[in-house]
Amino acid sequence: MNAGATPTPKTVLEITVNNHPGVLIHVCSLFSRRTYNLDGILCMPLGDGAESRIWLLVNEDRRLEQMEKQLLKLEDVRAVRRHGASHDVFLRLEEFFR
Amino acid sequence: MKMNGAQLTIRLLERRGVDVIAGIPGGAILPIYDALSQSRQIRHVLARHEQGAGFIAQGIARVTGRPAVCMASSGPGVTNLLTSIADAKLDSIPLVAITGQVPRTMIGTDAFQEVDAYGLSIPITKHNFLVGSARELLRIIPRAFDIATRGRPGPVWIDIPKDVQTEIIDVEDAPVTEPAVSPPMLDDSALDLAAELINTAERPILYLGGGTINSAGGAATATALAERASLPTTMTLMALGALPLDHPLSLGMLGMHAARYTNLAMEACDLLIAVGARFDDRATGDARRFCPGARIVHIDIDPSELNKIKSAYVGITGDVAHTLAALLPRVKTQRRERWIERIATLKREFPLVMPAVDDPRSHYGLIRAVAECVDDSAIVTTDVGQHQMWVAQSYPLRRPRQWITSGGLGTMGFGMPAAIGAALAAPDRTVICFTGDGSLLMNIQELATAADHAANIKIVLMNNNSLGLVHQQQDLFYGKRIYASRYASRTDFLAIARGFGIGAVDLDTATDPKAVLRGALRARGPCLIHATIDVQEKVFPMVPPGAANREMIEGLL
Repeated sequence: MNAGATPTPKTVLEITVNNHPGVLIHVCSLFSRRTYNLDGILCMPLGDGAESRIWLLVNEDRRLEQMEKQLLKLEDVRAVRRHGASHDVFLRLEEFFR
Repeated sequence: MKMNGAQLTIRLLERRGVDVIAGIPGGAILPIYDALSQSRQIRHVLARHEQGAGFIAQGIARVTGRPAVCMASSGPGVTNLLTSIADAKLDSIPLVAITGQVPRTMIGTDAFQEVDAYGLSIPITKHNFLVGSARELLRIIPRAFDIATRGRPGPVWIDIPKDVQTEIIDVEDAPVTEPAVSPPMLDDSALDLAAELINTAERPILYLGGGTINSAGGAATATALAERASLPTTMTLMALGALPLDHPLSLGMLGMHAARYTNLAMEACDLLIAVGARFDDRATGDARRFCPGARIVHIDIDPSELNKIKSAYVGITGDVAHTLAALLPRVKTQRRERWIERIATLKREFPLVMPAVDDPRSHYGLIRAVAECVDDSAIVTTDVGQHQMWVAQSYPLRRPRQWITSGGLGTMGFGMPAAIGAALAAPDRTVICFTGDGSLLMNIQELATAADHAANIKIVLMNNNSLGLVHQQQDLFYGKRIYASRYASRTDFLAIARGFGIGAVDLDTATDPKAVLRGALRARGPCLIHATIDVQEKVFPMVPPGAANREMIEGLL
């Protein structure tokens, strides 16, 4: 998770998944095996714990459309939404990273 | 009804109609093997290496189109299996791999023969499971088969800890789950636009990929489309046989080792209709310069293939047969005489050049002589290398699933165990495995498995005592610095075959090689057919790696 020297535009991905021990590595390895850097990862269970939500902060890369399609092919991924970099989720966390 | 996880596993496999499992037992999967020993439905094929077991299962799956099962124990059983599963992933072959794992309480302790099968299999499977309890098997095993076959097929891995296999649970007779069949809704406006493009194109080409074979009825529907709209049709390595090589509209295989006329025709096309194909770099050459003047209609069951390499003017997500059947009535019958005539001219001026094709001791001649001895019912498998490309260029493949080769991963060692699987799945057919000495040595131990089952496989060994395709690249592109591609010692393959209890004939010393070949191909059971091939022979034409497909070297009349 090395920060680049020049800031590239960011995107926030919101991914709803089935909650089990292997799902995070399924999602993260899709990116890592394409040398696609993940700047931020956040994951918490939802409601009764049957599903989790994963938030990813990634570069706005021309490969992003392909990554969304690959995410949707994962058996445990229920939904993928793309947000702008201004989404609150990582901004509000900044106080924990000072 | 009480049973343990192992018995439940076998019961669930039987429910899915599994009748053959290829594998190798070991400590962590022994409960499942114990349960398997009691099955009256499932026959076990004991391989000699787990990679061989995986390729035997692939041979079964590629012939039948149904998911096949392979098994291995934990640790080295798992790591040995990885290559054949990765191979299935890249070629979209439905497999279910079942491995034993150390007991749950010992996972993560570096226990004996423990390896992270779940983690290792993530990037090479369509999906994978680590089973947490015997009860989970009721859900996981049927789901694994559904995932392996649904949409774009692929391998699914199930890792089962030993104590899950021995855990006793009470199951009301295990529920039968049928795969949910719901073809995706097709986009009518996209179909209309695709038909409009086909109807108005002057120089269209139909480009078929392995998805045409994987889709039930895909090849027949694609042929109907080609014939109605007079579409010259090229096939990827994976799609060979979809259209007979001698069909008037066939352009044969495209890409790195295509005949010149094929790549030149693609260069000239104004519409490319890609069907179940993924624009692999061996097919496209430099993708930016592939079919430079063409609009693209792309039909694939996997939406992530659309716009991955080339932007499609029209992209349609759908099963090949289902989509083409919906497209057909919108497409006009045409004769397209000018384009067909231009193709005929290209074929005349730039044909596939096959030197010495009448000599059964030459590479092309041997392939032709083999083909003349058998009919279209024969199945042809290959290993990977020069022999594979020569067969792909010239063998008269005429039906889908006649041709079994490792395309995406390009795995040497694939051909012979895959041929065993094909022979087990289609015992009435002759299965020919074209191979090279480098490839054959990578899974030579499976000759013992072939002998066990008297599998009707004919191994045609083109022996140049070299890694021929490496030798060719060093000769052409690395200043003739031949390095690490010639073997120092000469293996006596005839003695090896006999050592495994398999018949062997040598065309080098035969006074009438065609007669010897015919005899070997007609006799039942496994046989090695040996022929020495000159290492200087090359696969031509060739598009140098990274070049555009128009930049072919050699292969001129």
